[in-house]
Amino acid sequence: MNQQRIFWIIAIVLISLLAFYGIEIAGLKPLSILEATFLAMTPLVLAAVGECINEKAGVINIGLEGILLITSVLGVYGAEIFGNGWGGLFLGMVVGAIIGLSLGLISVYARAAQVVAGMGINIFALGFVPFLLRAIWAFPGIHLFPRTLMVQPLYTFIGRISPVTIIAVALAILGHILLHRTVLGFRIKACGERPEAADVAGIRVDLIRLFTATLGGALCGLGGAFMPLCWFGGVVKEISAGRGFIALACVVFAGLEPLLALAAAFIFGFAEGFAYAVAITPGVKEIIPFYFVHMIPYITTLLVVTIAIGQRRFPAASGLPYRRE
Amino acid sequence: MKLLQGLRPILESLLAVILGLLAGSILMMFFKYQPAEAYIALFKGSFGTLGDILETLAFAVPIMLTAITFALGVRAGLFNIGAEGQMYLGAIGAVAVAGLLHLPPVLHVLAATLAGMIAGALWSLIPALLKVWRGVHEVISTIMFNWIAYHFSIYLAIYFLAQPGRAERTVPALPTARYPVLMEGSTLTAAIFAALVFCLFIYFYLWGTRSGYELRLVGENPHAARYAGASAKKVIMISFILGGMAAGLAGASQIIGRPPAWSLYATLGNVYGLGFDGIGVALIGRNHPLGGILAAILYGALQHGGRYMEYQAGVDSEMVRAINGIIIVALSIPELWAIIKRRIKR
Repeated sequence: MNQQRIFWIIAIVLISLLAFYGIEIAGLKPLSILEATFLAMTPLVLAAVGECINEKAGVINIGLEGILLITSVLGVYGAEIFGNGWGGLFLGMVVGAIIGLSLGLISVYARAAQVVAGMGINIFALGFVPFLLRAIWAFPGIHLFPRTLMVQPLYTFIGRISPVTIIAVALAILGHILLHRTVLGFRIKACGERPEAADVAGIRVDLIRLFTATLGGALCGLGGAFMPLCWFGGVVKEISAGRGFIALACVVFAGLEPLLALAAAFIFGFAEGFAYAVAITPGVKEIIPFYFVHMIPYITTLLVVTIAIGQRRFPAASGLPYRRE
Repeated sequence: MKLLQGLRPILESLLAVILGLLAGSILMMFFKYQPAEAYIALFKGSFGTLGDILETLAFAVPIMLTAITFALGVRAGLFNIGAEGQMYLGAIGAVAVAGLLHLPPVLHVLAATLAGMIAGALWSLIPALLKVWRGVHEVISTIMFNWIAYHFSIYLAIYFLAQPGRAERTVPALPTARYPVLMEGSTLTAAIFAALVFCLFIYFYLWGTRSGYELRLVGENPHAARYAGASAKKVIMISFILGGMAAGLAGASQIIGRPPAWSLYATLGNVYGLGFDGIGVALIGRNHPLGGILAAILYGALQHGGRYMEYQAGVDSEMVRAINGIIIVALSIPELWAIIKRRIKR
């Protein structure tokens, strides 16, 4: 972690805090913005933390967007089958894990070009989701489900927080501990930096990479199912709206550190929460067309990545297949 | 034997397409559709009559261009997935010139086409500059620009270009700005010639000019390119701008070269997804402009036939896009052919 990056994070958090209290004066409700921030950051945190660990082991998955899309639909389907929101979150995790594992299998054993395969997952999702919506509910475009299937939020002193958000933050901390404090973490990093050396030391590079790819997919799948089941209360075919790529931006910004990815997700989540708050504020919504409000998260992502892109260093074998000689 | 070596890329592409269709049929069976019925409808729909063949070609026009965008990126060592947004802006540029300006017939078509290409190129400029100046990865910057373009284009379509009395779409292109329809009753227009000329231009640029050679060199071997004196920054800019022009032309072709709407729907419904389709088409066509034309016709057939499939078998026509995704995954495996051959030999 270099000092420049720490400086930028502190600066951005301070600006966010200033903005946060500034808006109270402007007539917006800070508590509701904070609640929206926690909701918006959760899928980003989950997808980004999984991807950090995955990329540390040398597998790049740019199909996060596609996984988010597919698992959001199948999460709702699962909730309707099980009659319970948690069941939907579970199905989302399982489906995400299966997609992650598939990508892991073809990158490890068939030496696939990982970026191309990941984009294939995204485009597959683009077509598969409208197909699914019609196949399951016989209606393309949008599906609303009963409110009783939603996972209920917890009421805390800083407003309503979804239990999944707390799990996501805990997972970011656990991811940090996993990578830097456990033997498995060192093995993961060895697979990304020097797969030959790891192999000689008796580490099964293939199994480690399959494990991280599956874990990354599962976390992303939880994030996908989170969107309809804890947040929107319905599913549309554009539900992920680029969040998979914003999560990738978190990963790039964080230089593969889960805790920094959490910070980045908070910044992007805040941008989105702020955008929603602006969009519904009387006096503002009449002047600024909401099309511009919708752009705020994407512009923020571009700005943050452009400004904060320092001398980050990625694992030497990142994205490269490894084969035993 | 040598002939077989030359045919290998084509066979590999076809193999990937077959794998995609197979995987699609498994998904259909999983959701209790009849895959055989669906695919028969799909192929009958795509090549059944002369009208269907023309329609298939009409579908191929925009995607052979967005395939150029992606292929030019890959040739220069970039993963430019910004065709989608650049195409939206191209459509907007074409609507503005074709719908609002009054010009003499031939000039008007040219002006609207150029407006689309310039708008697309302008939209590709910022990700290109971010890449050159700050090293921002093009996957992130182009996707963010796609989403900004999505909202920006809808905004422009509704606030500035809407047809009075019909909020769901923009002003139509004036008759003077339209490419002539090639056969009565079909939606294939002379825009296909513009697309083919552009593809040929890119082919001659890549394999016939020094600048094109440098572009391919930077993509294949950046180190050698540096020693040979090729500027990577210049190559990035050229790849993005030419790609943006191709995507812009694709967007324009849907406005001034595609009846019956001759306009842009405010939901972007008649152009949505064409940029992403180009990625798969480029990969099937081996990132070659001429291969891209053949792949675009194949994919256009799937798209046009997909509408019959939806009508006949009830399978959503978007399934074609899912099959495209599976084809891309299959093509990402470099040794696909070798793996299959090993299995057969055993």
